[in-house]
Amino acid sequence: MVDLSVKLAGLDLPTPVVTASGTFGYGAEYLGALDYSKLGAVTAKGVRLDPWPGNPMPRHCEVYGGLVNAIGLQGPGVKDFVKYFLTHFRRETGGSVKMIVNIWGGSEDEYAEVASRLDGVEGVHAIELNVSCPNVKEGGHTFGQDPVVLSRLVKKVRAATKLPIIPKLAPNVPDIGVYARAVEDAGADAISLINTIPAMVIDIERRKPVLGNRTGGLSGRGIHPVAVKCVYDAHKAVKLPLLAMGGIYEPEDAIELMLAGASAVAVGTATFSDPSTAARVCDGIAAYCERHGFASVRDIVGLCS
Amino acid sequence: MLTDELSSVISNSDIGGGYRFLLLDAPQLASKLQPGQFIHVRVPGLEPSALRRPFSVFDAKDGVVTVLFKVVGRGTKVLAQAGAGEKVSVLGPLGHGFPLSGVGAPLLVGGGFGVAPLHFLARRLGERKGILFIGGRTEKDLLAIDRFEALGWDVRPATEDGSMGYKGFVTGPLDETLEGFKRFNGKYELFTCGPDGLLKAVSDRAVAAGMPGWISMDRHMVCAAGACYACIQRTRLPDGSVYNARCCVNGPVFAAKDLVW
Repeated sequence: MVDLSVKLAGLDLPTPVVTASGTFGYGAEYLGALDYSKLGAVTAKGVRLDPWPGNPMPRHCEVYGGLVNAIGLQGPGVKDFVKYFLTHFRRETGGSVKMIVNIWGGSEDEYAEVASRLDGVEGVHAIELNVSCPNVKEGGHTFGQDPVVLSRLVKKVRAATKLPIIPKLAPNVPDIGVYARAVEDAGADAISLINTIPAMVIDIERRKPVLGNRTGGLSGRGIHPVAVKCVYDAHKAVKLPLLAMGGIYEPEDAIELMLAGASAVAVGTATFSDPSTAARVCDGIAAYCERHGFASVRDIVGLCS
Repeated sequence: MLTDELSSVISNSDIGGGYRFLLLDAPQLASKLQPGQFIHVRVPGLEPSALRRPFSVFDAKDGVVTVLFKVVGRGTKVLAQAGAGEKVSVLGPLGHGFPLSGVGAPLLVGGGFGVAPLHFLARRLGERKGILFIGGRTEKDLLAIDRFEALGWDVRPATEDGSMGYKGFVTGPLDETLEGFKRFNGKYELFTCGPDGLLKAVSDRAVAAGMPGWISMDRHMVCAAGACYACIQRTRLPDGSVYNARCCVNGPVFAAKDLVW
């Protein structure tokens, strides 16, 4: 029996497979559609201080090799997230699955405020910092495009909470190692990557952008090789554990990312076509380790020479 | 609680006009689905990473789920090729369906393949039979009339080209009936599914008359499970504020009075 447990950001996760923010609601929506015991954790949809309406429709467009989305981080605000969504998730899962909460804000102070409101809340195990979502004008990605700004933000959040902090990095930067080092120095506990790639679709008959927000982020099959390189580069740059995502549809996709340096992986867009993906990927990682004689899944992290 | 059931195709028949009946052997879903709910189908033959396609349910009984669909794009074009015995993953039951417990005469208003969930509704309303107002451009777009008549329903067709029934929009015969109810202080309940213009027309009438109206909204979907927030419908909350509801979990059926157009 292969040991599937991993350590990420100081957390003990039972498996290396988590679900990605924005693709799994607040954790309970897919109950019945896959075996939750195969998940290391779920990542909640991005939460800011107050309720946020998100972008105008259309909020998505299916493209060859993936999906372009511009949901725009619609959310209930941190108070109602805790009161309703987190409570519901814990009740439905009996508290058996860990939760990482993705947070964002329009200012460093807002990030810190949201983080402090989650501090000590039962059922919240870590915070993922959304500094790379391409779909909101304020906050989000603007913080993730400048390593100095990013570092300052992480330090501010670090001072506001004892929870493990996992900044989520963007792929569209000249050298991701720079950003990885910046957040490591600033006190992050792990790094998640990659977020979606800025993208756009144009309706040639109407001669207008398809998305209500005009532009969005590309996820799915096509971005997987981009994710592999980003993880490979980040792993060379820092010692922090990496949570890797981007186009995982099959176990091989996840194994590639772990060989590149990820300690854990996240399944996102693939869940929409096959809700059992995360569970299948977990089984496939175990089978790969079994086949190659690895006693623990941790043994394959960073093995790509 | 969701199920991703591996069903198999019983039959997949062309009924003319680009419309098809797809019968799926899906005992788990057939026993759980309620009128107005929908399913998210993984189209066999599309690349595995393709998004699923949502379909409303024409009927669900005796282990069989029946879908009435039109070939409108890449996904439905490929679904039209699925042969008997083919395995199809189906996620469901999804969404908030039509309420069955109301009082008042049920008046169903449908257009095109919008009649699909109305058929399931009509059958499950049982002895509480009413009128189906069914409209479309031409006779070919008026589907399954025989199935409603077999249930003992009064069917009032309308076609824009006059090839069947009333010549014009389905709101013609509908308004005549609503006038009658108004004159005699009759209570009714409106249920509708079809093109956006029809939905708004029925919704406006329900609100104006102060009668319950149940509007099945249609959206392109991504997850269909309430997880991604791609399928938004603006709704009015009790405090008067506007809320971006999800068609897949808060709908697809919404109360007319709650809709913000």
